[in-house]
Amino acid sequence: MAEAAKNIVLHIADVHKSFGGLHALADVDLAVEEGKTHAIIGPNGAGKSTLLNVIVGKLEPTRGKVVLDGELLTGKKPHEINQMGVARVFQTPEIFPELSVLDNVMISAFAKRDGAFKLNIMNSLESETDIQEKARKIIIDFGLDKQINEHSGALSRGHKRRLELAMCLIQEPRLLLLDEPTAGMSRHDTSTTIDLLKEIKSTGMTIVIIEHDMHVVFSVADKVSVLAGGRIIAEGSPEEIRASEKVKKAYLGEAQ
Amino acid sequence: MFKLEKKDAILLLIVALMLIFAPFILNPFPENSGLAQFNAGYPDLMQRFVFFGIFAIGFNILFGLTGYLSFGHAIFLGVGSYAAIWVMKLLTMNILLAIIVAIIISGLAALVIGWISLRRSGIYFSIITLAFAMMSFALAYSVLTPITGGETGLQPKVTDPRILDSALLAGDTPKANLFGLDMTATYNWQVGDWVFTFNVGYYVAAILMFLCFYLSIRIFSSPFGMMLRAIKSNQQRMNYSGLNSKPYTLAAFVISGMYAGLAGGLMVAMDTQVGPERMFWTASGEVVVMTILGGAGTLVGPFLGAGLIKYMENIISKINVGVLHDWFYWLPDWLENFVVTIIYPFVGKGWNLTLGVIFMLVVIFIPGGLVEGIRRIINWFVKRKNISASREITDSDNMQQAGEIQQAGEEAASRGKNNG
Repeated sequence: MAEAAKNIVLHIADVHKSFGGLHALADVDLAVEEGKTHAIIGPNGAGKSTLLNVIVGKLEPTRGKVVLDGELLTGKKPHEINQMGVARVFQTPEIFPELSVLDNVMISAFAKRDGAFKLNIMNSLESETDIQEKARKIIIDFGLDKQINEHSGALSRGHKRRLELAMCLIQEPRLLLLDEPTAGMSRHDTSTTIDLLKEIKSTGMTIVIIEHDMHVVFSVADKVSVLAGGRIIAEGSPEEIRASEKVKKAYLGEAQ
Repeated sequence: MFKLEKKDAILLLIVALMLIFAPFILNPFPENSGLAQFNAGYPDLMQRFVFFGIFAIGFNILFGLTGYLSFGHAIFLGVGSYAAIWVMKLLTMNILLAIIVAIIISGLAALVIGWISLRRSGIYFSIITLAFAMMSFALAYSVLTPITGGETGLQPKVTDPRILDSALLAGDTPKANLFGLDMTATYNWQVGDWVFTFNVGYYVAAILMFLCFYLSIRIFSSPFGMMLRAIKSNQQRMNYSGLNSKPYTLAAFVISGMYAGLAGGLMVAMDTQVGPERMFWTASGEVVVMTILGGAGTLVGPFLGAGLIKYMENIISKINVGVLHDWFYWLPDWLENFVVTIIYPFVGKGWNLTLGVIFMLVVIFIPGGLVEGIRRIINWFVKRKNISASREITDSDNMQQAGEIQQAGEEAASRGKNNG
């Protein structure tokens, strides 16, 4: 296992992304180690979301490639990339608002089990006991058992975030991508989310997190990369980043 | 029963009973009474309830579950009809083969049209299907006249080859049958002033509708149905959860197309003729109205909507000026004329006007359709019953018990709301 700990799960190699004349990402190299939480921070417009969208296949890089466990992600579609083990949490929780909490989680579990299209109409949802149990268990783990039959659209933002995380984790992903998981949250929700993330981290999950809130970053990250103007300008442990003059400047808008 | 949840099994049972006893349910008025014109229990109309019931149930699998609003589903009704009539002309008058071929051919047509239309979603999808509907009508009406019979349409002739059937005797006309069972065979049962009509064609169609309804329940309660709901709810999340939504929407499109094909095939099986107006684009719009009126996304809603519209089209449309005057003869003449003048535009040929008003009222006040309306009424009764029960106990000075019962009633009411 000691050797496995140094495994690179996600490798972003020399990725460029330009929109017309605008270089959103340039020369981005990033290696995410197994079991580590890798934070990507940077001022607004630094290219953080673009980078995430390149990883999940929403955007194709102009140059360079993204590799997961030695397999090329670049050029694949979002659903294929998810099937390869990349789960994503969005800035505003993307759930199925008209459906119940249980249904939300079950859909995710079916997606993982069945992979591609399946016309399974002879099974009723009730007869899928494995999936039911699995879904109920994770819902309880995430403290949503009281809301299990509620329409997920009626949940609070904090609960929606939990639900989305549960939907990602029931798929037992290889890599979990978090896009500002505490954006728009109250202080209380933020601190419970930090606890939740720490718990997820303790299971050995490999995580890439984009975050504005430095408190969150320094609470959970093992490694931090600072993105500014589409380039990685610093990389290191949270302590190193906190002490870096270069990073402070970038946040004040004086970089480059 | 049939691997179903209790609630669904009950629903299926209710539909089965309704189908079996339709000749009684639809003929509640004695033959000689003035109300006899509201009887709908004659074969032609009962069959139509079933055709459009099947059509709407199928359409609901696409529209009700995935939210993709097709304005072209009458195409498959037409394709199914033409396929069935050609089987009757070339192969056999046995309707089984005609119906099977109708389902297959309309399924293939749905595969092609769905594959193209589903490249877009939302309003663009709807418009593409509408374009297909218009093109299909034009094809059937003029371009493909050798295949479709153009404006006059098609019907089996004595001279058709029908290679699987034995030759007709001189003077015989080809009759649609199921292994010799004549579709038009009818038995009238007179009980006092009532006449109940039992028609072979109706019951054959009703059995198929029962199977269609059962399949629809299965789809609704399956993981596949859940995925279709997920598409309606949030396609982005679906994609990022590892699901490609395209094959699901296409499957729903093809399944609903096959339902429509079955309905079209059945129409031909019962009245052995077809014309291009069956696939005119307003026919596609009609099934949309049926589904929304009854309750899109509910199991029985589309069937109810189809029933209501066909009832109005056939019964309300028969009310003419004379009938109205008969109804209001007891009013003073001037008032009678006034009332008749007011009501007349809404009945007879104006039945569409009434339908439009009903449709608007439903969409505005009970957007969940007739099914939601029924549910609200039931909830209201449950609540009232519980409140009156609690009031009686309050009178006998037992406040605590009253509170408990009322609470139980409210819980029951809210449960009812959640369940439906």
